[in-house]
Amino acid sequence: MGIQRTDDYETRRGHLAKLSEKELEARFWQLANQVVDPLLELARTHTSPSIERSVLLRMGIDSLTAKAIVEKALLKGVLEHGAGQCVWRYAEISGLEIVEAADNLACGEGWESLKGLFGEVKDNA
Amino acid sequence: MPDYTLDPHRKMNIEKIMEHLEDYRPRRKGWTWRQPILDQKIGPFTYCQTSAGLKASQPLPAAGFFGGIDPQPECTLTAEIASGRFEDDLRRMRMAAYHGADHIMVIRTAGQSHYDGLLEGTPEGIGGVPISRKQLRATRKALDMIEDEVGREINLHSYVSGVAGPEVAVLLAEEGVNGAHQDPQYNVLYRNINAVRSFVDAAEAKNVMNWAEIVQIDGAHNANATAREAWKVMPELLVQHAINCAYSVKAGMPKDRICLSTVPPTAPPAPALRLDLPYAVALRELFVGYRMRAQMNTKYMESDTREVTVTHTLNVLLSRLTSADIQSTITPDEGRNVPWHYNTMNGINTAKQALVGMDGLLEMVEIKRDGILGDRVRELKERAVLFLEEMMETGGYFAAVEQGFFVDSGLYPERNGDGIVRDIKGGVGTEVLLRAPDYFAPVCGHFGNNHRPKGVDQACSTISGCTFCVPEKIKWIDELDDEDNVNKRLQEGRPYREEKLTPEVQWAGDGVVSMTLFLPTDLRTAHFAALEIAKQMGWEDAEVIHKQVMHPAEGTVLEVKGKVKITIDPLTLQMPEEEERLSEEVIRQKVHERPMIGVAATVGEDEHSVGLREILDIKHGGIEGFGMKFHYLGTSVPISKVVDAALETGAEVIMISTIITHGDMHHLNMQKLHNLCVERGVRDRFILVGGGTQVTHELAWEWGMDTGFGRGTKGIDVASFLVKYREEHFPPK
Repeated sequence: MGIQRTDDYETRRGHLAKLSEKELEARFWQLANQVVDPLLELARTHTSPSIERSVLLRMGIDSLTAKAIVEKALLKGVLEHGAGQCVWRYAEISGLEIVEAADNLACGEGWESLKGLFGEVKDNA
Repeated sequence: MPDYTLDPHRKMNIEKIMEHLEDYRPRRKGWTWRQPILDQKIGPFTYCQTSAGLKASQPLPAAGFFGGIDPQPECTLTAEIASGRFEDDLRRMRMAAYHGADHIMVIRTAGQSHYDGLLEGTPEGIGGVPISRKQLRATRKALDMIEDEVGREINLHSYVSGVAGPEVAVLLAEEGVNGAHQDPQYNVLYRNINAVRSFVDAAEAKNVMNWAEIVQIDGAHNANATAREAWKVMPELLVQHAINCAYSVKAGMPKDRICLSTVPPTAPPAPALRLDLPYAVALRELFVGYRMRAQMNTKYMESDTREVTVTHTLNVLLSRLTSADIQSTITPDEGRNVPWHYNTMNGINTAKQALVGMDGLLEMVEIKRDGILGDRVRELKERAVLFLEEMMETGGYFAAVEQGFFVDSGLYPERNGDGIVRDIKGGVGTEVLLRAPDYFAPVCGHFGNNHRPKGVDQACSTISGCTFCVPEKIKWIDELDDEDNVNKRLQEGRPYREEKLTPEVQWAGDGVVSMTLFLPTDLRTAHFAALEIAKQMGWEDAEVIHKQVMHPAEGTVLEVKGKVKITIDPLTLQMPEEEERLSEEVIRQKVHERPMIGVAATVGEDEHSVGLREILDIKHGGIEGFGMKFHYLGTSVPISKVVDAALETGAEVIMISTIITHGDMHHLNMQKLHNLCVERGVRDRFILVGGGTQVTHELAWEWGMDTGFGRGTKGIDVASFLVKYREEHFPPK
């Protein structure tokens, strides 16, 4: 539940009253940018299952396979390296095409071969 | 390219659209704006806010008075079409494009925003359409064909929200979708999807949309629809727009592909423009360089389609007084049911009619920026700045959401404590992971930290191209459910799209009809009486969809819908043969060989002469232009005078015109003319013609005329009839 407060606009606006229209608009945008900057930083440094599935789709992997791979990568603790990277690296190691590599990973095969690359690969899938 | 083209005289072949979808690729990516043409001459007029005309279209009903012109406004026109069965929507999209819509928005089925992944196949939706690759591809293919029919690019629109935002964005980008809603605040406030996840996902989704040049529409308008007193959330709306705009620009989107979804917050009987106009001006002053998607108000609409239409016309007035890059439309029946085919056209026509009718308004009228309007604009901006200041003091966006800043019904800084509160650790889809130092995504359109291996310039070169660069790599999934799919539904509806006919409001063969009736009783009695009437008419599932008191005791008007189990085979219909019209040359030739004389009059107590004058006058393409000599006797002429004049002038034709009057005067006047001619023994000397707005050949013939003409008749129709009838009944001696 948010707070309740009567309209105190007249007292609050004191510091804005003297601003020109342009200055007021600039203040609006300066604040809006301040609000979003930390959100953007979060986005730059984080990922999510949906982002990772979207990467797999762009690699030519169908949505069902993509879903299975991301679920497994999350459980094995390697999703933070990128699901796309998992598929690509595994394809390189195994000599498979991307789509075949993806099918294997979706079925739970091949994950142990990524151990050397990412350090620990958990076995709790 | 589409593998077949539309025949203007045949319904779309939906089965054919569904063929070879696995290989279909959209023609282009990105949004297409209409190109404004200044001082465009269309028919007898010059317009200043129109774009290129269409190759084939349905003009406004009044266009017949202006040579059939169909001026297209300079802004995009939206139609929202989503009945739950996309295959039936394709036919409605064709009708919408034919009426002037070039932005087709497909609402998603209930629940799709919480589905963690992509939907595949073509299941039936509820309150919208399940968005899937197959549904999008079939829709895009149909729209590509419709584009060719009307001669204008059509933008397809969907939604990039929910827990699967980035994947949906990729799907839309791959399938040539042109516009999409994307606003993480929508997820947080209205879908209770985890706030951190929503913003992290949004940056990726916006980047993908940017690659595909998809135009983005934000979600701020939802606050209008949710807050108890919508007109009080105006400061917050400015803030919500700003958060999504600033976030999108920082994620790489150009301003001119970012549209603010803005709705006039209120509606009559509120003094709507006094509240809505300052807000619209404040918005446009703050958001210079962004695009405006002007939506119509839905918050205050119920079942009266007339009331809705007036509110929506005022909304368009606001667009014309300020600006609109996209004018969206709401169907007048949205308050009572999932929109029906013809109400979609009504919504489009309301916008088109109002936009064209107010063409160039600002060349003659200007907004008084100084005075009360300016004061209100200033106040709204200050209140919005105060909102942002308090957000920052509180600890930023997430803290503000946790403290219920948003969708509070108070006029900020007033707060009523009824805002939406979200726990930042809660909600749907909380999995967000810190990217590892070696994080890598080998694709294009990716946002944020991405550590390409050494020597790799383009991320997707590691996999010899992603689907954005090599679309052949896109994987096709057809159907996952053997029962719930488009093929099954098409089989059921097929007879009604081919050889059989039954009424339809949204789905082939739905059999839905509606009627308007006035019952001289109170509201409650009228309600149950109306249902009983529908039942006795044999309707099933009858439902009162609108009722309105005319007077508490004297009466109620109602609209009732229901289903009829009537199927017509058009081949067995008894239809009178269509009159074949002679060519102008043949008519002139025949009249030249044998001159034709007639008398014409508007009869009864009727001063209307417009219709008859248009049939006669040479300058309106009337019958005098074919060499016929008609004596026009004027208005309110007694029947006996008409017959006298015909006898005196040696006329062969008597033409009378009436409007529909109380007490069936039009009908009586025609009978009277016939009877008088019979009485005087001269009936067989004359060709008797009756005219009037509601007159038909069959009616006039019943009343003793030789024929009758109604609304829309042209001089040549009458001239052709007269020549043919005379050849047949009065052959040359």
